[in-house]
Amino acid sequence: MANFEFVLPPAPTQNVTPSYGEQDLVQRSASSVPPPARKLTEVAKLIDVSKCIGCKACQAACLEWNDVRIPVGENVGVYDNPPDLTPNMFTVMRFTEWVNPETQNLEWLIRKDGCMHCEDPGCLKACPAPGAIVQYSNGIVDFDHDKCIGCGYCVKGCPFNIPRISKVDHKAYKCTLCSDRVAVGQGPACAKACPTHAIVFGTKEEMKQHAAERVKDLQSRGYKNAGLYDPPGVKGTHVMYVLHHADQPELYAGLAKDPRISPLVELWKGAGKYAGLAAIGAFAAIGFVHHLVTGANRVSREDEDKAKQLTEGQSS
Amino acid sequence: MSAYDVEPGDRIHPGDPVIVDRYTTGARINHWITAASLVLLALSGLALFAPSLFFLTALFGGGPTTRMIHPWIGVVLFVSFAGLFLRFWNANLWKAEDGTWLARLRDVITAQQDKLPDVGKYNAGQKIVFWAMSILIVVLILSGLASWDEYFSQYTTVEQKQIAILVHDIAAIAIICVWIVHLYAAIWVRGTLPAMVRGSVTGGWAWRHHRKWLRELVAGKN
Repeated sequence: MANFEFVLPPAPTQNVTPSYGEQDLVQRSASSVPPPARKLTEVAKLIDVSKCIGCKACQAACLEWNDVRIPVGENVGVYDNPPDLTPNMFTVMRFTEWVNPETQNLEWLIRKDGCMHCEDPGCLKACPAPGAIVQYSNGIVDFDHDKCIGCGYCVKGCPFNIPRISKVDHKAYKCTLCSDRVAVGQGPACAKACPTHAIVFGTKEEMKQHAAERVKDLQSRGYKNAGLYDPPGVKGTHVMYVLHHADQPELYAGLAKDPRISPLVELWKGAGKYAGLAAIGAFAAIGFVHHLVTGANRVSREDEDKAKQLTEGQSS
Repeated sequence: MSAYDVEPGDRIHPGDPVIVDRYTTGARINHWITAASLVLLALSGLALFAPSLFFLTALFGGGPTTRMIHPWIGVVLFVSFAGLFLRFWNANLWKAEDGTWLARLRDVITAQQDKLPDVGKYNAGQKIVFWAMSILIVVLILSGLASWDEYFSQYTTVEQKQIAILVHDIAAIAIICVWIVHLYAAIWVRGTLPAMVRGSVTGGWAWRHHRKWLRELVAGKN
């Protein structure tokens, strides 16, 4: 029953040109893009939480591929290390110890946290810098650090609390789904490194089918609420989970049950923007028209004389 | 004995025309630092508010420097405005004639000066601008600190930051509208600008727009 059909191809030994780029953008922050001429096949990473052994090979592979390092960790009393995502650590295993009230079994729920690559990305919607956040037609949401201004609006727009702002270069960082690797026919580094194939990568359709098999298997083994996490509130994600308790995603270190872009962010980036600019324009226009209609409010000679009389009347 | 709205430095110089000192040098410097900060904040803030205005970041040396400098200008504005507040709050207390003046807003905007009550150093419109600025600046500095991630990121949750930014946006739009009213009034009512530029107005201006204040100054001279 081993699902090894998603073994990633060997790394190419000759130069390969990226299979997609700028021309395949479907969304660009604070700006618009022309509709792309072609539609790439949607990709997805599937994380089967039930297969994860918590080895953190994915974290190591992520650091390795992105050529970043994190300081030696400190024990904060849990296995999570580092305890949270950082500007250098784009993925973190989150460990939860949970006693299942039905079976009285201790279940060790280990969820690999990181960017979910939402079909409707809140980070991109909130971003004020043109082109700093982009989405390709294959579903990958990526940051362009040259254009990032470090304002942190993406952090506020993200329904999963993923991006982190570097204190060093003041840019936002998160998982890229190894966009650079995917463009040359490779899968994400974490998927490549995962020893149990808990992380697999392929087209979104393949991943859904694979997930369906895994869910069936889990259900046959007593996890009657097993299911796929592909939240519709953000129009689906390009990183999906197979959960043994899909009815309670919060169990997995607070995974959002029904994630969606906050209505506050929608208001501030949507209607609020137009209403605000309209209000400013209206005030300026009213002033302009008022001046045209009434003309200047001038002091008359009579006013000056009255003031003179008042002043002299009192002082003489 | 001086009235509530007669401020230090307010003085009459008889002549033709009569000249009335309205703002001290200190008050004017204080005002123009505040004014410059407010304009720079509006430009840098709008640049980050509306993608169509992102080009304004060029004025501040690009996106990252705009993001970095905006909160610092905010601190300058807050401190500077606090100075203005201490100078002007007393003369902006609400008085009986302000209600009458406001009720006759139609006569105000049609410049029917003779139908309006005599008012002190500030009319009801100016007082509303003063208090609106005061309240909005407090709202802006608080919501601004809550979203100033460089130093205060760890003190608020993501949801609190979302609320802070929405509040900051609404207050910023409101204060820009209040500022437009302030600026327009200073332009429409001719003879007003010299008050903040040279520090003085003509007696005729004071007679026409702030007659109660002028009478108090004349009476106070004895």
